[in-house]
Amino acid sequence: MDLKGQSFSWCVGGAQGSGVDSAANLFARACAFGGFHVFGNREYYSNIIGEHSYFEVRISDEPVLGHTSSVDLLTTFDAETPFLHLDQISEGGALLYDASLVDVPLEKLPTIEPRAKQDLAKMFDEHGLPHTLDAIIQLARQRNISLHAIPYEDVLKADDALGQLPFSTLKRMVNTMSVAASFALIGYDFSYFHKALEAIFQSKPKVVEMNAKAAQLAFDYTKKEMGEPTLPQLKPLEVNEPRVYINGNQAVGLGKLAGGCSVQTYYPISPATDESTFLEQHQSFDVEQGDDGSILVLQTGDEIAAICSAIGAALTGARAATSTSSPGFSLMAEGLGWAGINETPVVVTLYQRGGPSTGLPTRSEQADTQFALNIGHGEFPRIVLASGDLEEAFYDAIRIFNYAEKYQTPAIHLLDKALANFGKTFSYFDLSKVEIERGALLKDSQLTAGADFNRFSFQENGISPRSVLGQPGGRTWYSGDEHLEDGHMSEDPINRDRMMEKRAQKLVVALEEIPTEDQYTLHGPSDAETTLVSYGSPKGALLEAIQRLNSSGHAVNYLQARLLSPFPAQAFTEILSKSKLKIGIEANFSGQFSQWVQQHTCVKMEHLVVKYNGRPITVDEVEAAVLNILSGNAPQKVVLRHGI
Amino acid sequence: MAFNVADYKTSVHNNWCPGCGDFGILNAIQMSLMDMQLDPERVTVFSGVGCSSKTPHYINTYGVHTLHGRVLPFATGGKLANPEMTVLAVGGDGDGLGIGAGHFVATGRLNLDITYIMFNNGVYGLTKGQASPTLHLGQQTKSLPNPNIIHEINPLILALSSGYTFIARGYAYDVAQLKALIRQGIEHPGLSFIDILQPCPTYNNINTRDWFGGADRKGEDGKAMPRVYKLDPNLYDPLISAETTDEEIHQKIAAFFAKATEWGDQIPSGVLLQNLTQSTYEERVIESLPKYKKNPPAKRQIESDNKPVLKINTILDELRVA
Ligand SMILES: Cc1ncc(C[n+]2csc(CCOP(=O)(O)OP(=O)(O)O)c2C)c(N)n1
Ligand SMILES: [Mg+2]
Repeated sequence: MDLKGQSFSWCVGGAQGSGVDSAANLFARACAFGGFHVFGNREYYSNIIGEHSYFEVRISDEPVLGHTSSVDLLTTFDAETPFLHLDQISEGGALLYDASLVDVPLEKLPTIEPRAKQDLAKMFDEHGLPHTLDAIIQLARQRNISLHAIPYEDVLKADDALGQLPFSTLKRMVNTMSVAASFALIGYDFSYFHKALEAIFQSKPKVVEMNAKAAQLAFDYTKKEMGEPTLPQLKPLEVNEPRVYINGNQAVGLGKLAGGCSVQTYYPISPATDESTFLEQHQSFDVEQGDDGSILVLQTGDEIAAICSAIGAALTGARAATSTSSPGFSLMAEGLGWAGINETPVVVTLYQRGGPSTGLPTRSEQADTQFALNIGHGEFPRIVLASGDLEEAFYDAIRIFNYAEKYQTPAIHLLDKALANFGKTFSYFDLSKVEIERGALLKDSQLTAGADFNRFSFQENGISPRSVLGQPGGRTWYSGDEHLEDGHMSEDPINRDRMMEKRAQKLVVALEEIPTEDQYTLHGPSDAETTLVSYGSPKGALLEAIQRLNSSGHAVNYLQARLLSPFPAQAFTEILSKSKLKIGIEANFSGQFSQWVQQHTCVKMEHLVVKYNGRPITVDEVEAAVLNILSGNAPQKVVLRHGI
Repeated sequence: MAFNVADYKTSVHNNWCPGCGDFGILNAIQMSLMDMQLDPERVTVFSGVGCSSKTPHYINTYGVHTLHGRVLPFATGGKLANPEMTVLAVGGDGDGLGIGAGHFVATGRLNLDITYIMFNNGVYGLTKGQASPTLHLGQQTKSLPNPNIIHEINPLILALSSGYTFIARGYAYDVAQLKALIRQGIEHPGLSFIDILQPCPTYNNINTRDWFGGADRKGEDGKAMPRVYKLDPNLYDPLISAETTDEEIHQKIAAFFAKATEWGDQIPSGVLLQNLTQSTYEERVIESLPKYKKNPPAKRQIESDNKPVLKINTILDELRVA
């Protein structure tokens, strides 16, 4: 059977440190090797070992846009995951669990949150069930979920060779076994599993060998015990293009390398750090021309230093960036203002996470929307470009340097934890689609050595030709104080006005010059009566939801903002004026982006659909919320609450 | 073409208070740049915020007047991206040891080739004389409603423990010595810290020019006995080199502590430490990026006919799944 545009969702869960990520990586890659399009969503606690994490992988024979609330196969090797994820299993779905754990009592699982424990206990009591994993199995059976018990330890022990090893060693392979068992259940060609295993553990042939053996046992055991297949049986597809499977941090890192970023500063913070690590791993790279390409990655003492060092580097003409998440961004406020008044092209990659304060360190939110748009005291221009998916994240990571340099101002690449940790298969990126534009950056030959230079010369478009530190003939000054054309401090009222106006003018020009497709996209039928208004990571869920809604007879489109500052107010006003019902959808409490739209267009959303529990918005949630609103029964503000 | 001292001066009106110690430091910086015949366009002076941080506007090199306390991170970014540039960082004691203390320490660990010149006047000058981190416990300068009840920092010892590999102290009114110290600092291959005693005639009425000069301590000959004295090269050797034995290093560190903690009637000046055994940050970078010096971030070719030069497929092949 092939999926014919349908999708199959798989989820693996378990304690952090027990190999959930590796299992998901294996599953995703094996599917990708077999030609499937893959989408992954990774959820984890701010913890190293022990707390519950899970990874949802959705595959299809067509590109997968987002993730759903439900899963078709829940794969587990611990007791906690079935307790937490039972409700998520779809009708006709399946549960794979460790048969030896059925007697584990709920109360013995310290990492289940107290609220979840109480809810489960109450439900078990209502059904007259024991407070053990067996209750979950019984409930699943009642729901006709197909159940597959695999006694991992017994399966391993029964093997002559592996059975000799201590269980502590064997235990490390149950994650791999759970993936193998999953493939048995969906009738998948096991050779792709081996291919993925080798790709992941390339440098460790021993690990590959042991895991392959254990996996084979699990695969054979499951095949033998499973009976008639209940899940779709997936046949590999032909692919005639090379593909990669990458996450958002990697997409942005790749974009930075392509975009010529040559200095990246950072202070460790989830979920931004992986990007800097990726860059450091690729600090030297092949280029088409000239000496090796390189990027210098600097770990600073804090985020204040991170932004300030990036600015210092940007002043020398290097394309410089820093990458951070919400709390770190808070510390960058003053530095960004300095870059604003000093017209310095510095790029900040911001992965928003759940706030305020340390908030939900490893969960997603779009609650820094207004903060990014307003960060810093005083008024200065900034570019804020928001990506909605990983492909945009890649290309935007290149383009944002162009915008920073052309408009000589700080530029914020707005992302979030969801995008950082989504994974997706892609055809190879095409660099012929992008250009490197350095704006009014002066070459040595355009300057006269020894002569004075006015870095902040008044120009009609507000954009002054730019020299860089150390450049002959470009000598100038910079100051966080208001300054004259040569950069020296000045409190002259007339100069002040002109400088304010000069800086502001750059955004007027930016809005005229930045291509429309980088500013916003109207997805779906342009004449639809209902318009969903959003930006950023909900994109995938929204796209798929409007497809579903439109194919079930509704008329819904989706206006996706990409350029938040300067804001394409006129275009938004025009598009929104054609819509009868406008629904703002975003992942924060107060509808910050909708407020931004209203501030610029005077158009108020009839409804807000918001989510602030830290888990990314799913396709099903959007679909249900819109249907609810269309039915006329929804409150003005609909709160989405799916999440584990 | 030779540069003369005028080539290092700007015509910007200097608005420091008359008699400010900052003037001497400014002159000394300009004179040492001239001594070294550094091309003003190849030098950048970074500063924080404060009276002293206005310095770059008066020096005819590239000048970057940054944020309060952040001079070192800015300078670090500039120097790392363009290592050919001579980079000076200047600022006040509040800037460097108050709001910027974290950066003071973090930057020390890098040992990047920057010369950091701290104008140490015991007060927050530009905000009208509040106690700075170097004002001693119990002292009450002009602006303070009560004596200072916060303990002072010893900048020299902090510099040592943070990893600065050249540590010196100068005095704002000894321009000749200062000029030499700044030059040595610039020539030192690594991070230099020069703590400069800088009387603030407006707000620090304790550590005044007269006080440093010992006007209150007349010798038998009736002459003032200055408190600031120069370290005697015959008695104090600040150099730690590859030849220095471990035992000698211990002795030198002990001598450093003894001198760094002298205060009151005897205040040493001169080079207190020069450690040539630590690798610089540049050298450490070169270990993993061998072409860093030849092809630093500021000079890297990133496009060809406006197209990215990255061979992206090489990296994509690593991540390939189909
Ligand atoms: C973030 C921030 N906080 C406070 C100030 C106000 N401020 C300006 S200068 C200064 C202190 C300057 O003292 P110091 O660094 O010792 O320099 P001096 O004026 O003594 O040369 C302060 C607190 C500021 N500019 N920025
Ligand atoms: Mg001071």
